[in-house]
Amino acid sequence: MTTLEGAAGDTPAAPRRFDRARRPPLRRVADVLRSGETHAWRWGARIAVLLPVAGLLFAVTVLALKAYPAIKVNGSPFFTGSGFKIGSTYAVTVHTAGVAHPKGSFYGAWPLIAGTLQTSAIAVVVALPVSVGCAFALTERLPAIVSRPLGFAIELLAGVPSVVLGLWGVLTFGPWLAKTLYPLLANNLPDVPVLDFFKGTVGHGEGLLTGGLVLSLMIVPIITATTADLFRQVPTLPKEGGEALGMTDFEVAQRVTLRWVRSGIIGATALGLGRALGETMAVVLTVGAIFKVAPNVYSPMSTIAAAIATQLDSALTDGTGFAVASYAELALVLAVISVLVNLAARWVVRRTSHLGGPVGRAA
Amino acid sequence: MPRKQRRVVFTVLFRLGTFLALALVLSPAAWLLASVVAKAVPHWRWSVLWTGLTSTGGGLLGPVTGTLILMAGVLVVAGSVGVLAGVHLSEMARPRKNGAEGGTWLRMASDVLSGFPSIVLGYVGYVALVVGLHWGFSLLPAVLILSLMVVPYIAKSTETALRQVPTAYREGAEALGMRTGDTLRKVVLRSAAPGIVTGLLIALAIAGGETAPLLFTAEFSRTLWTGALVHAHGFGYLTYVVYTFWDTPSKQANYLSYDAALILIAMVLLLLVAARLIVARTQRHSESRAR
Repeated sequence: MTTLEGAAGDTPAAPRRFDRARRPPLRRVADVLRSGETHAWRWGARIAVLLPVAGLLFAVTVLALKAYPAIKVNGSPFFTGSGFKIGSTYAVTVHTAGVAHPKGSFYGAWPLIAGTLQTSAIAVVVALPVSVGCAFALTERLPAIVSRPLGFAIELLAGVPSVVLGLWGVLTFGPWLAKTLYPLLANNLPDVPVLDFFKGTVGHGEGLLTGGLVLSLMIVPIITATTADLFRQVPTLPKEGGEALGMTDFEVAQRVTLRWVRSGIIGATALGLGRALGETMAVVLTVGAIFKVAPNVYSPMSTIAAAIATQLDSALTDGTGFAVASYAELALVLAVISVLVNLAARWVVRRTSHLGGPVGRAA
Repeated sequence: MPRKQRRVVFTVLFRLGTFLALALVLSPAAWLLASVVAKAVPHWRWSVLWTGLTSTGGGLLGPVTGTLILMAGVLVVAGSVGVLAGVHLSEMARPRKNGAEGGTWLRMASDVLSGFPSIVLGYVGYVALVVGLHWGFSLLPAVLILSLMVVPYIAKSTETALRQVPTAYREGAEALGMRTGDTLRKVVLRSAAPGIVTGLLIALAIAGGETAPLLFTAEFSRTLWTGALVHAHGFGYLTYVVYTFWDTPSKQANYLSYDAALILIAMVLLLLVAARLIVARTQRHSESRAR
């Protein structure tokens, strides 16, 4: 009777060993965990991508809330006036538009705004041609065996902590400039508009030009790396075509390569500009941190970032909290400027990262 | 000047100009390195690494460990958040209905965040965390603000690394019936690991060299870390020593400032060289080496 079991044609029973209900308990726990893993990844990633966004919204909200009373009281003189006066902290507090602040307080950030723009402008004007030159040297003129270590050296320069750069600027570079380059500029430049800004006493090397030059050293690696990447993407054929037509390498660079990546370079420059606007430590140490518009390029001055870094301590002495609020407004102004510049830069870089030709866009 | 001569002159000027530009960048860089070494080495004693700070001198044990602790904290917080965010942007964000890439808004927010000046983030940390939540100058607000600063960078480098993993790997894994989690861990993340680690190392170098966001979140302390995450009275780190000690009247303190700068540069160089070596190694082993 029992011998017929397992005869041909009988379908064997499903291997029950793998039945979920029969698994050993530990294995079952592991199984639940493993099937939950997908969800864990999904939700973990979802939360992680939202956290920085939440942090950003938090930062903007904090700034806006903190700055609101200051914006209400300071009004438009904040952008045109000059001088940060906490006011008399011993006198009676007065109220303007419902906001308490010490008597005689006045906040005008024009010198700081101007200073931020000036140092960044100097940095970009110096860094742009140097960076493009470097990118040419690295990608077109030097053999790979030389250009690779040099490119890495420039990369390392980008990694030097800004405070170390500032220390070098104030102890070594600034004084050297004040002794050599600055007198040369101040004594020999003609007295015409723009250039007469380079006239006057040269000081000891803490000032606008020193800050701008140190900043330019900081943003050169950024612009150089991006520009070199762009140059590598320019196809070889048009360049060879140019040379075949008898162009010199300067003409190829000018008419083919540069024209091919023009907007990319603009984006790279704006990226560097964004970095220069927000930079604090290298500027704090090298510009002298004096609260006024610089009469010439050698005079000490200050920027928004530097002012926040150095003055927040004294703002705490204002018991009404109005000084801290005014610094929040200052921080907000800086954030808006540099975020706008950065966004514009990224937009340009992204739009141009898929290269088209200078003549129409390749499909 | 005749046209031919003009062309020759311009070309020669161009060639000279490119090398001049290179010299204009590399010579200050070399000078910077040389001057930090020249200022630090004559007074260098190894004991700065294991003696604590005193009011006029001493050693840098506190700041050195402080910077390392900050970097470890950033690695944990920003590392996990950034890598997961990168996974989301590369692997999970759904494409839009019009066929455009997903996650556009998230990327935009990330861009805005990386354009935020670090000093402003520090100010926010001071107002909201140090004062608002009564945390005081301590480790946690400093780590959080530093992390917020480098997270966009880590997310971006992770996303880039993940996108370089061939789609065929994922399809193969799916064809074998692997679960999403297994595919991510065993196939995608493993092949992208060198790129991710490189991004993490560079982010650590950035975090370790940062000063501005720490001024108002960690401030400074001469004592060693007590283990408190919040409610401490300041937290010591190297960049602050560089920033303030150089113009104090004490000669010993000035030397410490130069020493700190040297240690910082050595740390950053180590991290960047390590990152570079990883890149070089993986490039040697990858198929797509020839470009």
